Amino acid sequence: MTKNLGIVETQQITCFERPNSLTLKSGLKLGPITIAYETYGTLNSDKSNAILICHALSGDAHAAGLHKGDKKPGWWDNMIGPGKAFDTNKYFIISSNVLGGCKGTTGPSSINPETKKPYGLSFPVVTIKDMVVVQKALIDRLGIKKLHAVAGGSMGGMQALKWSVLYPDSVNSAIVIATNTGHTAQQIAFHEVGRQAIMTDPNWNNGDYYDKKPPSTGIGLARMVGHITYMSDESMDKKFGRQLIDKERVGFDFSQDFQVESYLKYRGESFVQRFDPNSYLYISKALDYFNLSEEKSLDVVFQNVKANFLVITFTSDWLYPTHQLKSMIKALKINDADVSSCEIKSSYGHDSFLIEADGQSDLITNFLKKESK
Amino acid sequence: MTRRLDYKIITDLINPDARVLDLGCGNGDLLSLLKEKKNIRGAGIEIDEKAVHSCIEKGLTVIHGDIDTELLDYSNKRFDYIILYESLQQVLNPKKVILESLRVGKKVIVAIPNFCHINGRFQVCFRGNVPITKELPDQWYDTPNVKFLSIKDFQRFCDHYDIKIEKKRALSRNQEISFWPNLFAHVGIFVLSKE
Repeated sequence: MTKNLGIVETQQITCFERPNSLTLKSGLKLGPITIAYETYGTLNSDKSNAILICHALSGDAHAAGLHKGDKKPGWWDNMIGPGKAFDTNKYFIISSNVLGGCKGTTGPSSINPETKKPYGLSFPVVTIKDMVVVQKALIDRLGIKKLHAVAGGSMGGMQALKWSVLYPDSVNSAIVIATNTGHTAQQIAFHEVGRQAIMTDPNWNNGDYYDKKPPSTGIGLARMVGHITYMSDESMDKKFGRQLIDKERVGFDFSQDFQVESYLKYRGESFVQRFDPNSYLYISKALDYFNLSEEKSLDVVFQNVKANFLVITFTSDWLYPTHQLKSMIKALKINDADVSSCEIKSSYGHDSFLIEADGQSDLITNFLKKESK
Repeated sequence: MTRRLDYKIITDLINPDARVLDLGCGNGDLLSLLKEKKNIRGAGIEIDEKAVHSCIEKGLTVIHGDIDTELLDYSNKRFDYIILYESLQQVLNPKKVILESLRVGKKVIVAIPNFCHINGRFQVCFRGNVPITKELPDQWYDTPNVKFLSIKDFQRFCDHYDIKIEKKRALSRNQEISFWPNLFAHVGIFVLSKE
């Protein structure tokens, strides 16, 4: 039987205090860095039951349970909790907000200690690797030498992959869901539409809007485009079809006619309440820069991996389709890595990893029993 | 019960601690058995999503995909054994799969259903229908099989492509058949190798 976690809290630690600032992939330095994180379950005495959950573009450290006074639980609550896939009766779950984020970890909306003002565009461009290095600092601080697993979907999957390559001795298993080893032209293109929507909003003001009106229209548009890419034609059709908004027939004007229009508008408008537009720029850029193979081939990149891999994709996910991960699976096979894969039949598109808990839960529950070689 | 004898024969053919790739591993029953009895290090390839879930449940390593394409990824002689347990008749290009298996594996174990068992021949000759037997229970319109062969056909194929048959076993229900296997055996099991 599964249960819910109940009330949880976000905690914070600070790392990379000057002069021990973090040297980013770009070569620039950043510090101090505050990391927001949540933990669920209990760390065992030999600290061997820790699982790191990595979030996607708009996620945060609040992966499960309820914050005091909230009605909506964390973004992966259907997967994390007592008796759930990431079983908090067995495992110690850690979830942290990524570098560049806006939910407690240092990002463009954080106060720059030098200027006492928000960083804005003076915040350095960060990468998936930088996010992972910061997560490693958190794991080190918690005294954990080896993670039982690193797991995540979409951008979280990229982080899990980077973990397995960057810290092969610190990862027992990597659960890589609905993701890619490097952004394709199409994936970059959708992000660029989102970024342009934000940056052409006059309120964006070169990223300097923290004491003014934020670029709500821009980030709203970015979110609308994003949402379309996260759904499938089938799921949109099921949810909205051609249904009209409280009217019998179309208006023959440019007011909103269709349900899908008002849904997207609502999604876009509500997004600015919880997400910083600059963070959206930085994180979407980090996704676009992600290329696990760098200048090498994936065969070479995976030469030293030790983790067991579980690769999950979804049939209706056209943003990160299954075939794009074939070359990664091939490279893992060539390197004799222990890799399992499953393409789950689902109609929810890319969002399946957040929604389709049924098949995914069992796969993860059973896979997590695997011990390292 | 037939399955048990099949599995027992295959288990006996495999050396302890071997590296095994099971093509079309289904629910992973055979791989689990080999892990338990022979401590093999194994992986499977399976096209059916439900079966993939069962494999993961058993703690097995499994790739969800097509035998024909997934097999191409492995380097030469990577595995000690490749197993094709009643899956060869379900692939579109069996010749390619066998030859690729012989490239990737040092030995290939193939179990095929014998479509020319006497019961089947009787049905073809006297009843005028394609064989429906306990071993081949599906009607023509919903059988997963796409290729139909006999023990003799398979041996001819091996001869033709210079594939060495190291061992061969034939069985019917729960007993081994040595007399006229192409007539009396339901299943043929072969251990193949190629220089």
